[in-house]
Amino acid sequence: MTDFGSALAAAFSLVIHLDRDLGEIVLLSLRVSVIAVFVAALIGLPIGAAVALFRFPGRTVVAVILNALMGLPPVVVGLIVYLLLSRAGPFGVLGLLFTPTAMVIAQILLVTPIIAALTRQVIEDLWVEYEEQLRSLGAKPRRALATLLWDGRFSLLTAVLAGFGRASAEVGAVMIVGGNIDHVTRVMTTAIALEVSKGDLALALGLGIILVVLSIAVNGAAFVLKGTAERGQAR
Amino acid sequence: MTAERSILPLELRQVGFSAGRKLLIKELSCTFSANSRSVIIGPNGAGKSLLLRLCHGLLAPSAGSIVWHGAAGREPSFYQAMVFQRPVMLRRSVAANINFALSLRRVPRGARPALIRDALKRTGLSRFARHQARVLSIGEQQRLALARSWALRPQVLFLDEPTASLDPSATHVIEEVIDAIHRAGTKVIMTTHDLGQARRLADEVLFLHRGRLLEMAPSEAFFAGPRNDLAQAFLRGELLWWQRRELTPP
Amino acid sequence: MLPKPVWLGLCLALVLSGAAQADDPFITVASTTSTKNSGLFDHLLPRFEDATGIAVRVLAVGTGQAIRLARNGDADVLLVHHKPSEQQFVADGYGVARLDVMYNDFVLVGPADDPARIGGMSDAPAALARLAAAAVPFLSRGDDSGTHKRELALWRAAGIEVGTVSGSWYREAGAGMGATLNTAAAMSAYALADRGTWLGFRNKADLTILVAGDQRLFNPYGVILVNPAKHPHVKAALGQRFVDWLVSPQGQAAIAEFRINGEPAFTPNAAPP
Repeated sequence: MTDFGSALAAAFSLVIHLDRDLGEIVLLSLRVSVIAVFVAALIGLPIGAAVALFRFPGRTVVAVILNALMGLPPVVVGLIVYLLLSRAGPFGVLGLLFTPTAMVIAQILLVTPIIAALTRQVIEDLWVEYEEQLRSLGAKPRRALATLLWDGRFSLLTAVLAGFGRASAEVGAVMIVGGNIDHVTRVMTTAIALEVSKGDLALALGLGIILVVLSIAVNGAAFVLKGTAERGQAR
Repeated sequence: MTAERSILPLELRQVGFSAGRKLLIKELSCTFSANSRSVIIGPNGAGKSLLLRLCHGLLAPSAGSIVWHGAAGREPSFYQAMVFQRPVMLRRSVAANINFALSLRRVPRGARPALIRDALKRTGLSRFARHQARVLSIGEQQRLALARSWALRPQVLFLDEPTASLDPSATHVIEEVIDAIHRAGTKVIMTTHDLGQARRLADEVLFLHRGRLLEMAPSEAFFAGPRNDLAQAFLRGELLWWQRRELTPP
Repeated sequence: MLPKPVWLGLCLALVLSGAAQADDPFITVASTTSTKNSGLFDHLLPRFEDATGIAVRVLAVGTGQAIRLARNGDADVLLVHHKPSEQQFVADGYGVARLDVMYNDFVLVGPADDPARIGGMSDAPAALARLAAAAVPFLSRGDDSGTHKRELALWRAAGIEVGTVSGSWYREAGAGMGATLNTAAAMSAYALADRGTWLGFRNKADLTILVAGDQRLFNPYGVILVNPAKHPHVKAALGQRFVDWLVSPQGQAAIAEFRINGEPAFTPNAAPP
C-alpha cells in the first residue's frame, strides 16, 4: 500500500510546481462552496432565527426536521437535483446540469439545513436572554429577528463555517450533478475520487492534504477575523 | 414632553394571573396615579415581579383588566420603559445600546445624539460611550439600563429589583438616578426586597403577599405601622415559613 | 416569504456561479470510466479540439448510467461498451445510429499466487467455473456497467448462478472499475477488468492478469449520436462532427497510437469510409 510519505511528496510537488490544473480545481472548489454557503446563509439564517423566535403550529416538527436534514446524504441531494435539472426533468430547459451552477444548487440544499438548525439553537439561547428587554423596548418581530442575528453574529459565524466545511468536503452530490468534467466541474473532492478510481492513492491523498490545508486556512482566517472584530468592539 | 398628555392613572381591576394550575396573582385591584413613586414590597414569591410585568404589558392577565385611563395618542406601552433586575445589554457599544432603543421608538436620527449624550451624562457614563456595553461592571450596566430608559423620556418607568445584584455604593448611585428621573417628571413603579431602599424612595408602598395586595398606603403611614398584621411581621423580619405558605395561620 | 435582500443575493449568487462558464462551443459525451481513467480521452480530445475547435465535456460513469443520462437527453454523444444495450438504445429511437469505434478486451485478474489455479487458461467461462468450485473470493463491479454486464454473461456461459452465492465468495462492490480493483487488491480477490483501466491502474498490489485472449472477452466500443428528434436541444451538428472524427482515419490513427506504459490499449475498428 502507498505510504503517507509519497502522499506528502505528491502534495508538496503539486503545490511547489503551482500546477495549473490544481489551481483551477482549487479555485472552482472555493467558488462553488463560497457561493453556495453565501446563499445558504441568506436563506438559513432568517429561517433558523424565525423558527427560534416565532410560536406557530408545527414549530417543533420543523425544528426536528431541520435537525434531521443536517444529516441529509449528499448522494440523495445530488440525485434530486439531477432529476430536477435533467433535460427530462422540470428544469431541464435551463441547461444547468453538469455546470458549476448545478453544483452550487446541490450544495445550497445540503448546507441550508445545517446553517438553519445551528442558527435556531444559537438564536433560541439568545432569545431567552433578550426577549423581555426587546419586547419592553417595543421591538416588532422582524426587528427582533434582525437584532438577534446581529448580536449572535460571532456564534453564527461558527454555523456558517460548519456549512462551509460540509460544502467543501462533500463529493457525492457534486459528482452526480457536476459530472467531474475536466476544466468545467472538477473540484477537489471529485478529483480525489477520480485519482482513487485510477488507483493513484498517493496523488489522491496529496490532493486530500491540500484540501485539509485549505479548510484550515479558511477556518483560521475566520477565527482571526472574529478575534479582531471582537477586540475592536471591546475598545 | 410638556405638551404630551399623560397615560395615567393606571387602574388594575380584579387582576388575576395563573401559570398552569397555580394562581399567582389573585383578584388584585388598585390604582396608580401620576407623579408618585410606588414601591412594591413583599416576601419572595409574593408576585412582585409578575405584577410589574402585567402592568408593563409583558404578560397578559388571565382574569380582570388593566386600564390606562389617560390617552396620549399612541399605545400606552410607547410611553413606558422597564429596567430589569439583571441588565440586558446588546452586544454593541454603550452609545449604540441607547441608540437602538431610540430607533425602536422612532426618534429621528438627528435628535438621537443629544438624547444619548444627555442620558449618559446624567448617569455618569459619558466616558464609556464608545465602550462595549457588556464589558462594563454590573453596576455600570444597570446605570446604562437606566440611561437607556431615561433617553426614551418615558411617562412611566418600571424597575424590577434594580439593585438586587449590586453592592451598597452602586446601589446608592442607582437610587440617585431613579430619584433624578422621577424629579424630571416620570412616574416610578418599582419592586424591592430592600426595606431601607423602600423607605428612601417610596411615596407609597404596596405590600404583596402570596399574590394578594394586602396593604397600599402612603410611605410614612406604612412604615409608622402597617394595619395588616402580616405586613407588620414582614417589617419586623418575623414573617414565618408557615405564614409564607398560608394566607392565614393554622 | 423571503425578504427582498435575500432574493437579490440569490440572483447575484447564481449569476456569479455561472459567470465564468465558457462560451466556446462544446458537446457533452457520456462515456465509461474505462475510457476516461485509462487516459484515452486525455489523448484524443486535444487532437479533436485542435482539428475542430469544439470542446468535449466527458461524463465518465458506468455504461448503464451513461445510457440513462443519454436517454434523459443529458448528453449529446454516447461512447460505451455494451453492444446489446447500445443497439436497444438505437432501436428505442434515442440514438441516431451505432458505429464501431474500437475494441480492447477484458482480462481476468487475480492474486499472483492464484489459489484457484486458473493462470494461463484460455477458456474464460471454464476459469470462472473453477473459481466457483474453489469458492475463492471474486469481486464483481455490481454496478450495471458494461464490464458488469459482460461478467454476468460469462457466469451464465459457465452455468453458474451467482445471484444465489452473492455475499459469500462472490462479492458485489457496486462501484466503478478503479474502486473495484482497489478493493480486490486489498482482499486478494479475483476480478474482471477492462484492459484499458487495468493498464493505467496504479495500485495493483499483487494482482496480475491470469486469463486473457478468449473470444468471449472481446470488448467493442460503439459511438452513438443522441437523437435530436427525441431531444431537440441536443447539439446534433457538433456531436456528429465528433462521431465523424472518431471513425475518420485521423481519429482511428489517434486511437491506434495511444499507449499505456508502452502498451497499446485500444484497437481501432471503424468501418472504412
